[in-house]
Amino acid sequence: MGLRTPLHDVHAAAGARMVDFGGWDMPVNYGSQIEEHHAVRRDAGMFDVSHMCVVDLRGARVRDYLRRLLANDVAKLTEPGKALYSCMLREDGGVIDDLIVYYLDDQWYRMVVNAGTRDKDLEWLRTHAAGFEVSVEPRFDLAMIAVQGPTARERAATLLDPGFAARALELGYFFGAAADHWFVARTGYTGEDGWEIMLPADRATDFWARLRGAGVRPCGLGARDTLRLEAGMNLYGNDMDESTSPLESGLGWTIAWDPQDRDFIGRAALAAQKAHGVARKLVGLVLTDRAVLRSHQKVIVPAVGEGEVTSGTFSPTLERSIGLARVPSQTADRCEVEIRGRLLHAAVVRPPFVRHGKIAVAL
Amino acid sequence: MSNVPADLRFLKSHEWARLEADGTITVGISDHAQQALGDLVFVEAPEAGRRISAGEGCAVVESVKAASDVYSPVSGEVVAGNADLGGQPELINQDPYGAGWIMRIRPDDKAQFAALLDAKAYEAALAAETH
Repeated sequence: MGLRTPLHDVHAAAGARMVDFGGWDMPVNYGSQIEEHHAVRRDAGMFDVSHMCVVDLRGARVRDYLRRLLANDVAKLTEPGKALYSCMLREDGGVIDDLIVYYLDDQWYRMVVNAGTRDKDLEWLRTHAAGFEVSVEPRFDLAMIAVQGPTARERAATLLDPGFAARALELGYFFGAAADHWFVARTGYTGEDGWEIMLPADRATDFWARLRGAGVRPCGLGARDTLRLEAGMNLYGNDMDESTSPLESGLGWTIAWDPQDRDFIGRAALAAQKAHGVARKLVGLVLTDRAVLRSHQKVIVPAVGEGEVTSGTFSPTLERSIGLARVPSQTADRCEVEIRGRLLHAAVVRPPFVRHGKIAVAL
Repeated sequence: MSNVPADLRFLKSHEWARLEADGTITVGISDHAQQALGDLVFVEAPEAGRRISAGEGCAVVESVKAASDVYSPVSGEVVAGNADLGGQPELINQDPYGAGWIMRIRPDDKAQFAALLDAKAYEAALAAETH
């Protein structure tokens, strides 16, 4: 038996199919995964993401600490509540994790890291905190529910305290707001509008039930994966890990090279990789033949070389298979994928595949 | 709980088989199998005329989660593959023992059918798998 979120029994009672995910017992679907997917694209769905780890970082020098630790630059965050997506790197440029960090005040940042990497992340954060006198506090007392979809915010807002709801509805993209022990952020992992809501763990069951009553459909990790892949978002452990750099993972945009004297961990390795030329890149694939892309399938780029599918699925919105693949940098707009002993054709595209309910690639 | 009709025979690998009045055998995947796979998105059924052996992977069902071979319960000749599944793979989710049938086979030896698991034995196999 794995780790359980505060909502575990609610999922089981709802008939969810449970699977192990990074050591956690999590719902993969409650019924039809495809219907859950469409609920988020067209209306409103919710995900229990309490397995993800919220970490509060506090101290007079917390900003300097994060400017050393993250490849993106928290100095970009000047308004309280503003969020930033970043990789945390090893010295050799390998990705330890990808995360979101919120600027709450000059002495307080909040980070959300992946479930499967939690322990090594906390160890890394603590190891480097000493020199900056920063406290690293994982918030195991919080649950997290992501409500996503075009009507998700308005449905969820009816359940918040009216004053807090008004503030939350005014949040711009990638902003969050706190009230008591609650925190609402206009972020997500689906390519749709919505909120990620952190709340006291002992309130999670009640709030989940009220969201259901407000017409928000429970969705499992299965739909979460097809939604994030359609949105062109990487999954740590599939699309990047400690053996790959952000430059090889479609995450070059998250590296803040300026100012040039900011010495973040991994900078020298990334600069060297860039100077020598990055050999591989992460691209989107749309399979033109009828089959489904899956991670680790071999990609063949005629006259160029070989690569590998890192994530693949059936896209309910495109009604064909899509994926992400790491391929030689010279790859143009076509490749072949070896699936069950056959070479099938795929178009190489630039993600996202779907954005705000609309297909975003040429088919 | 999954539905296991008493009048069908089964393989441990979750195929079902039904002996038809004309002596052919209809094959599909069980309710348990479709639940475990999740939403089906592609099905490759075999073409009529193909010779197959018992235990041979002769169809592929692919869901949002995984691809899975469908093994033939008997040796014989494929009489028909279910063409409807090409456009509507979800028929397997909706009606695994009816409209979601995958192929029909004319068996070389009917004794092979008789030797398959009956519903009780399949239910026992399911119970053993989940505990």
